[in-house]
Amino acid sequence: MAFLQGTRRPKAIRGTRKRGIALHVSLILGVLLSAFPFYWAVIMSTHTSSEIFSYPPKLLPGTHFLENVRSLFDNIDFFGSMFNSVLVAGSVTFLVLFFDSLAAFVFAKFQFPGKNVLFALLMVIFMVPAQLAAIPQFVIMAKLGWIGSMTALIVPAAANAFGIFWMRQYMKSAIHDELLDASRIDGANFLRQYWHVALPVVRPGLAFLGIFTFMGQWNDYAWPLIALTNPNNVTLQVALSQLNGTHGTTDYGMVMTGALLALVPLLIVFAVGAKQIIGDLGKGAIR
Amino acid sequence: MATALDKPPAAVDSSSASSRPKNGFRKYWHLYAAISPFYLLFLCFGLIPVGFSFYLSLHRWDGLGSMEWAGLSQYKYLLSDTDFWNSIGNTLIIWALATFPMIFLAMITAVMLNSAVRFKNVYRFAYFLPNVTSVVAIAIVFGSVFSTNFGLVNALLQAVGIDQIAWLNTPWGIKIAIATLMTWQWTGYNAIIFLAGLQTIPSEVYEAARMDGAGPVQTFFRITLPMMRPVLLFVLVISTVTGLQSFSEPQVLLQNTSNDSTFAGGPGHSGQTMVLYFFQQTFDNNDFGYGAAVAWGIFLVVIIFSIVNWRLVQRRGED
Repeated sequence: MAFLQGTRRPKAIRGTRKRGIALHVSLILGVLLSAFPFYWAVIMSTHTSSEIFSYPPKLLPGTHFLENVRSLFDNIDFFGSMFNSVLVAGSVTFLVLFFDSLAAFVFAKFQFPGKNVLFALLMVIFMVPAQLAAIPQFVIMAKLGWIGSMTALIVPAAANAFGIFWMRQYMKSAIHDELLDASRIDGANFLRQYWHVALPVVRPGLAFLGIFTFMGQWNDYAWPLIALTNPNNVTLQVALSQLNGTHGTTDYGMVMTGALLALVPLLIVFAVGAKQIIGDLGKGAIR
Repeated sequence: MATALDKPPAAVDSSSASSRPKNGFRKYWHLYAAISPFYLLFLCFGLIPVGFSFYLSLHRWDGLGSMEWAGLSQYKYLLSDTDFWNSIGNTLIIWALATFPMIFLAMITAVMLNSAVRFKNVYRFAYFLPNVTSVVAIAIVFGSVFSTNFGLVNALLQAVGIDQIAWLNTPWGIKIAIATLMTWQWTGYNAIIFLAGLQTIPSEVYEAARMDGAGPVQTFFRITLPMMRPVLLFVLVISTVTGLQSFSEPQVLLQNTSNDSTFAGGPGHSGQTMVLYFFQQTFDNNDFGYGAAVAWGIFLVVIIFSIVNWRLVQRRGED
């Protein structure tokens, strides 16, 4: 705003330009604060522990990155646990996209007895805190024999209230009733309407939900820490925590290398989907 | 389930017409089938567990032997459990230390982003980045930044001639370290939400304020802030619900600093949040009955605190 005004009124140019520079300087300062821990992880992961422990602290990257990577791979099954993380986050994302969008389609576009009650229930479920259900969940899964396997992470997360609610809002406005009526006259059944009419229209919404779900699952920590009882078969976050727990006070360079490498896949996913995520997040909050 | 839906009944065509009375379930079964996965999962991993956890809280059980009826004694003990009250205090202090700076900084950032026309998308990307990174990895990084002997914070203090502080070893140091981590991770996220709210305020309103001779500060407090109240409320409630249930940040940051449990929350339990205490009681001590009572206690605290926050922001709106 200030910029636009300034360009129209020559006298005010100098003042607004100064303010504009001050604005960008403070914003860049904020960006540096946001980025700093990533930079710090790079610094630490490229030094040996004795370099890290010495004063003054190193502020520029060192030369021992490959060494740290090698000892990281010796100490934890990095790729095995990364495979588990990809497996869990990938399957959950796929299941959530399918189940949530299907249920959302029904809530957005169809009438049936009990609809309002079921939808209100959805909102209540949204509020139930995780630890209330944690112990019985653990007991049930132990009975089912799922404790220690990735099934314990995938199945309970396969559909969620947030996704259904969010997709319903999206579908209500994105899918036009005329389109559904037309496809019904053409003889399309419910599943065909879902697949050929609804899904193509709401692709951007699915992209948001997919990225959001994948990142959430990738970063999930508390439940995997409890449910994955076999220390040799865990997700990346749990493996990192184990590494920090056993070597965190001695081999900082290696632990930090693990933290850095665990961040990379997620940063790639975020870079690809950032526009979608940031735009839709704002929309969701003010709706 | 998908295969069952491949062959829908002939009645599907008439689903919009309510004039023809039909057996309700036969007419709508495909709709119920489509929403059923979520409700089935919720039944198995939500409703039944929540009910069972209340039943558990009335018993003594180590998860292996037989359950023993305890009545309300777990709750009675909970009320007199100084460790639990300590964890409530810790959680509230950490929440306050994190949330108020976070909302303040997020609001400033959002206002700046709203007026910076150039590079807006680059800034938004950079500010959102902390929120998508895993808490485990970033807590490890913050652990090294706050390390007593070689941490960057102490190195900076030393450079300006201030004595080292044992951040992860003193009650306030621990809380400040956890709160700093949370503030770092959530400021950008909240700034993006505030920004979306700011963009819904029509520019005519600002125009009118300027015509009436309002300065930027006056405009912010008289126009921006009141119009942002719903968004502020949303952010406050979300921060309360998530902040009061913090677990990963203190767990990873402090798992090496105490000998008795990885859920102890550091020396003197001064970083032990409510959820950490729940994990310690349940999964370290195998006290499933008491753990369930602690979980219900946490639930109550979160609800009460959310309502208080909500009422405070609402009431100010009425003035």
